[in-house]
Amino acid sequence: MSEPMSRPMPMETDAFEPVGEAHSPFMTVFLALVRDRFALTGLILVGVLLVVSIIAPWIVPQNPYDLAELDILDGRLPPGSKSFTGMIFILGTDDQGRDLFSAILYGLRTSLVVGASSAAIALVLGAAAGLISAYAGGRTDAVIMRIVDMQLSFPAILIALILLAILGQGIDKIILALVVTQWAYYARTVRGSALVERRRSYVDAVICLALPKSRIIFSHILPNCLPPLIVVATMRLAYAIMLEATLSFLGIGLPVTEPSLGLLISNGFEYLLSGDYWISLFPGLALLVLVVGINLIGDGLRDILNPRHQG
Amino acid sequence: MTAYLLRRSFQTVLTLFVMSVLVFVGVYMIGNPVDVLISASATPQERQDIIRAFGLDQPVWTQYWTFLTNSLAGDLGNSFVFNQPALKLILSRMPATLELAFCALVLAVFVGIPLGVWAGLKPDRLTSRMIMTFSILGFSLPTFWIGLMLVMLFSVKLGWLPASGRGQTVELLGVPVSFLTWDGLAHLILPAINLALYKVSLVIRLTRAGVIECLQMEYIRFARAKGLTDARIVFVHVLKNTLIPLITVIGLELGSVIAFAVVTETVFSWPGMGKLIIDAIGNLDRPLILAYLMIIVLMFSLINLVVDILYSVVDPRVRLEGGSE
Repeated sequence: MSEPMSRPMPMETDAFEPVGEAHSPFMTVFLALVRDRFALTGLILVGVLLVVSIIAPWIVPQNPYDLAELDILDGRLPPGSKSFTGMIFILGTDDQGRDLFSAILYGLRTSLVVGASSAAIALVLGAAAGLISAYAGGRTDAVIMRIVDMQLSFPAILIALILLAILGQGIDKIILALVVTQWAYYARTVRGSALVERRRSYVDAVICLALPKSRIIFSHILPNCLPPLIVVATMRLAYAIMLEATLSFLGIGLPVTEPSLGLLISNGFEYLLSGDYWISLFPGLALLVLVVGINLIGDGLRDILNPRHQG
Repeated sequence: MTAYLLRRSFQTVLTLFVMSVLVFVGVYMIGNPVDVLISASATPQERQDIIRAFGLDQPVWTQYWTFLTNSLAGDLGNSFVFNQPALKLILSRMPATLELAFCALVLAVFVGIPLGVWAGLKPDRLTSRMIMTFSILGFSLPTFWIGLMLVMLFSVKLGWLPASGRGQTVELLGVPVSFLTWDGLAHLILPAINLALYKVSLVIRLTRAGVIECLQMEYIRFARAKGLTDARIVFVHVLKNTLIPLITVIGLELGSVIAFAVVTETVFSWPGMGKLIIDAIGNLDRPLILAYLMIIVLMFSLINLVVDILYSVVDPRVRLEGGSE
């Protein structure tokens, strides 16, 4: 604390600039996203998937996990087939006679919940670690960054594999594994931008106001580190969803009681060689649309929030 | 340079030690291996004997010490399921994984670099846009799903290529390899393409960015002013300056290709290390899990060490930074 205090009082004007604008910053970014053709496509894709997965219980023709509604005689019907009760399976059925369309919507829910919650937890932990690292400097910084470097030198899938081999299956365990594999990216991003912000004069100004450290870090430095953090978070969210699907496909992610898209694809794997393509194809397409959508939004955000593009 | 090497080697040993403690304590403390080893009908006396025979009554640090000294002597324990030394099992599966990983990496380089150079030289052409769309798709497509779709299309529908296994292998310097027989090659094509796809996208993007950056340099303008042919500018000036940093990145990617081979091996029943670990996790084969994790950590630490050293050889700035501390 003593080192910045000894600096001369900063007199630059940027510390006193008014914050308010015509739009809130989030609205400005959103409007810019809508103007970008690709990002708009991404927003629409993700928006549609988000809405249908939220209202899934009210729009699906059958509850795919209520065994009373399933009939094994409807098993492995191709898309467009009719069940004995007259229901049409638009995307076909899996081996248990489960309507794939319903199963995909429920799987989408699980994938989104796991992906979003792990990304959110990793973001909070990673951002905190990055901020502490940048603000404290010295030995704390060195230790945190060594851990980050060590972790990033191992591929995410490998760390997740090690953790899940030890912990076993379960929704809490896969979220933990995803958090552990992702936090380091956030920590590095935030540290990078916080180091830049740390040297700005407005930080010296709030230090002179003798505000508590936590307030300086969280209400002054953090908001200015958000743009790169948001871009990284979007990309990481897409990656987390894909990683969860991969781990569930390998049979070490989610248990069969909580089927995500990856598990649905994995179920279809057994029947692929006998030509029943639809059980794996459609859940994969849903996953693909979701991930492409998020990546398109991420690309758009990067162009908008990158200072080099703002001029 | 020597100081840097020593420091870097020390870090590797430290990483290895930390990871081995974490993995060992994790594997042995969270689950109880006794339940897997001993049948439910065993008498309490038999139970005690087995626990003592495996040293499981010792405190965890003693157990770790035994494990550490044994593994330094090359003994990583016996697999419960195969009843063979775990190390031997893993080493016998390693060539298959390495062959797959190298093929994928070679494919990524030979497909990715030309496409990336083209997209960088003519960014406005329709073909370049198609290449970039392909690379976005390559990033977003889950590897395992693409693998399934490849099997569906080329093995099930068209019947052109086999869907699983390694095919016929021949010994090359005492190591079985697939790529020297027609049958083995046919088995190798789909898994290699599958594993390479993500890396192809990555290489395309990196190459394109490098070429675009390079084209704005003064020396390219100078070369043009001198009246050099386009071919000479591209192949001598642009490529040389783009490829050197790229090769380092691709070297780093070898590790991640080996890690991702787990997925491809599961899809194509490729008999490599990844398939082995997934089966071991399913069977709760603890010694094998532990041995695999230790070997993979060792492998990665070594790859990272080699890449770092190569990097400091290629780029003197890294060496300076290392020496000044």
